Amino acid sequence: MLGTIRQKAVAARSLSSQVLENDLMRLRSVASVMRHYSAGTKEMTVRDALNSALDEEMAADPSVFVMGEEVGEYQGAYKITKGLLDKYGPERVVDTPITEAGFAGIGVGSAYHGLRPVVEFMTFNFSMQAIDHIINSAAKSNYMSAGQINVPIVFRGPNGPAAGVGAQHSQCYGAWYGSVPGLKVLVPYSSEDARGLLKAAIRDPDPVVFLENELLYGESFPVSAEALNSSFCLPIGKAKIEREGKDITITAFSKMVGYALKAAEILEKDGISAEVINLRSIRPLDRATINASVRKTNRLVTVEEGFPQHGIGAEICASVVEDSFGYLDAPVERIAGADVPTPYAANLERMAFPQIEDIVRAARRVCYRKSSIAASA
Amino acid sequence: MAFAGAKIIQPLTVHASATRSPDPFTNNKSTSLSSPFLGSTRTLTLTRSVSPFTQRRSASTVVAVSDVVKEKKVKATSNLLLTKEEGLEVYEDMYLGRAFEDMCAQMYYRGKMFGFVHLYNGQEAVSSGFIKLLKKEDSVVSTYRDHVHALSKGVPARAVMSELFGKKTGCCRGQGGSMHMFSAEHNVLGGFAFIGEGIPVATGAAFTSKYKREVLKEDDCDHVTLAFFGDGTANNGQFFECLNMAALWKLPIIFVVENNLWAIGMSHLRATSDPEIWKKGPAFGMPGIHVDGMDVLKVREVAKEAIGRARRGEGPTLVECETYRFRGHSLADPDELRDPAEKAHYAKRDPITQFKKYLIESKLATEADLKAIEKKIDEVVEDAVEFADESPAPSRSQLLENVFADPRGFGIGPDGKYRCEDPKFTEGTAQV
Repeated sequence: MLGTIRQKAVAARSLSSQVLENDLMRLRSVASVMRHYSAGTKEMTVRDALNSALDEEMAADPSVFVMGEEVGEYQGAYKITKGLLDKYGPERVVDTPITEAGFAGIGVGSAYHGLRPVVEFMTFNFSMQAIDHIINSAAKSNYMSAGQINVPIVFRGPNGPAAGVGAQHSQCYGAWYGSVPGLKVLVPYSSEDARGLLKAAIRDPDPVVFLENELLYGESFPVSAEALNSSFCLPIGKAKIEREGKDITITAFSKMVGYALKAAEILEKDGISAEVINLRSIRPLDRATINASVRKTNRLVTVEEGFPQHGIGAEICASVVEDSFGYLDAPVERIAGADVPTPYAANLERMAFPQIEDIVRAARRVCYRKSSIAASA
Repeated sequence: MAFAGAKIIQPLTVHASATRSPDPFTNNKSTSLSSPFLGSTRTLTLTRSVSPFTQRRSASTVVAVSDVVKEKKVKATSNLLLTKEEGLEVYEDMYLGRAFEDMCAQMYYRGKMFGFVHLYNGQEAVSSGFIKLLKKEDSVVSTYRDHVHALSKGVPARAVMSELFGKKTGCCRGQGGSMHMFSAEHNVLGGFAFIGEGIPVATGAAFTSKYKREVLKEDDCDHVTLAFFGDGTANNGQFFECLNMAALWKLPIIFVVENNLWAIGMSHLRATSDPEIWKKGPAFGMPGIHVDGMDVLKVREVAKEAIGRARRGEGPTLVECETYRFRGHSLADPDELRDPAEKAHYAKRDPITQFKKYLIESKLATEADLKAIEKKIDEVVEDAVEFADESPAPSRSQLLENVFADPRGFGIGPDGKYRCEDPKFTEGTAQV
């Protein structure tokens, strides 16, 4: 975990020392906030946020249970389910064999009968083995049964690239799941997002795909007292404006929100005031917020780590062009991961995903350009 | 496993002389090679051994079974296996299945039904034999060949027929169709088009039963789940994943293989390295039983044992029912690959005719009783067609309904109610 923050510091070397300092501060605060929050502490890692959300929801409702590989005795492959086995026992924290299709289907079958499973995929790449169940038996069932059988299940796990894990462990699944009617797809960024959205997902009567990010697990964010309350939850389908601005709208989700915020700080020095929207929810997509923002700023850059073709940026751009065409002062621009399977070498991997400089460059292009040719990241 | 009255057919072995077969496999058992199966590539003689028990035991690989499985002595044939009421109920159910499916074929060719329709003719003994022993709270999970499973479980014929016609009064308001029969009231959990998809879902339903008993402390929850699927599915990965987990966690589920020897045009023997599916049970630590699926009494006996085991918490069972479908895979299947001699052989063992004969010979019912039932069922089916015909098609607004259970997709708020019901919610866009 420290290694990843060091990597980020390396990647950010070209930026101002201000940014590096932030990273170092986070490093220190992460080290100090490894356990559950105690009263008075206002910072929390995403990992602890998810853990506390699971803990509280399992305490509140005995039909909530967790199922997945290594969630029990190993305390979770990424330690998200740490301590839950001791607290709730093996009937509610179920270690499974390596059978994604099998246990995802078992989760769906139990949800048909009113239990509330939280199925963990070690990474969402493994969800491809179970995708038939996520889509055909979970997402479509309420519709196929005309409302008789709803499926209150949550599929969660890390999504998108980590650091140096290679092509088969680095894909972002937001676009795939985001195109399926019947699913809700959530993408938290901060600890507050993680807590609020996971709680909302567990309480929700519909299947939810909850896409986390491995590199964010160790990051610490401030949390309000309201967020620490056990009944706290966030609405689904509503984006959050992380930073207000008036010259350009930047939409992002998950880890890219952090990058977009840093890019916004850099752009501030150039006199460009960027509005950063944290999507929080890919399906339903909060088109209203995005369009309202673009109508205010007249320019749009979308940022994502997934593959560019048919990606989330494509959908947002289409939505803005459809609804707010008259308000645009420049063509919409989308930044996405490179159109290649993820390479392993560190320098190549760095080129395969958007970095802060890429966002800054795109924003400048959108602000000053007069011609209509879009350059890819 | 030996059961009273259940004449167990010898497991199949392959002769080396067949031309289109895979490499002839050597069978460890030196049993007599009497095969009831007439594959299209074989010319085997047809004998049935009458006392299979000794051979069965030597061939039995059911060693890892729990010790509650006892051997039963062969009872005298005059012992009646069911009461008159039960007999009539089962007969009515089987006849309903047959009459309904025949009517489906008619309606399909008249254009009232469309899409993919898969009929169950010939396999009624499996459905009636198993499902009539269940309670309302027990669950049934099936495949695309699910009309009769739904009917046996109690879904009204009218609702199923309307669903097939795509009308609003169907059990899923016309949104599911032939392959997706769901009924929350009768615990019919689908209706899945992908083979093998229903097996994990059924295992999950069984998991719920155990969870309710152990975690939610509903001590009397002894609901069992039946998962129906075919011989083709028995080669699918999900099947094995679930055999493992069901045995590992001792879930109250019965895996019922309706082995009708054909997966569309793929003969079971061409697709499977070891065609005896029941053997796959003991490999995972559960009993595996092979039963004649054309004889409803035998199926019922096996079902009673298996369901009893599951209810008592002793874990899952794998039951392979040797059966046959009289029609093609679906109504669009020209059914050219199956040997007519094979079809004739099984037509002679029609489960309904066999059972009718049994009822009359054992004096459980008279010809007149049965005719009355048949007449009644014919009327039920006719009525179902009329009802479906006259029902309205779904209204246009139904297209967008029921995608989510949540009315507007915004989730549930801290107070436990839907957020869209909170009037203050729709005012702002951002922070909460």
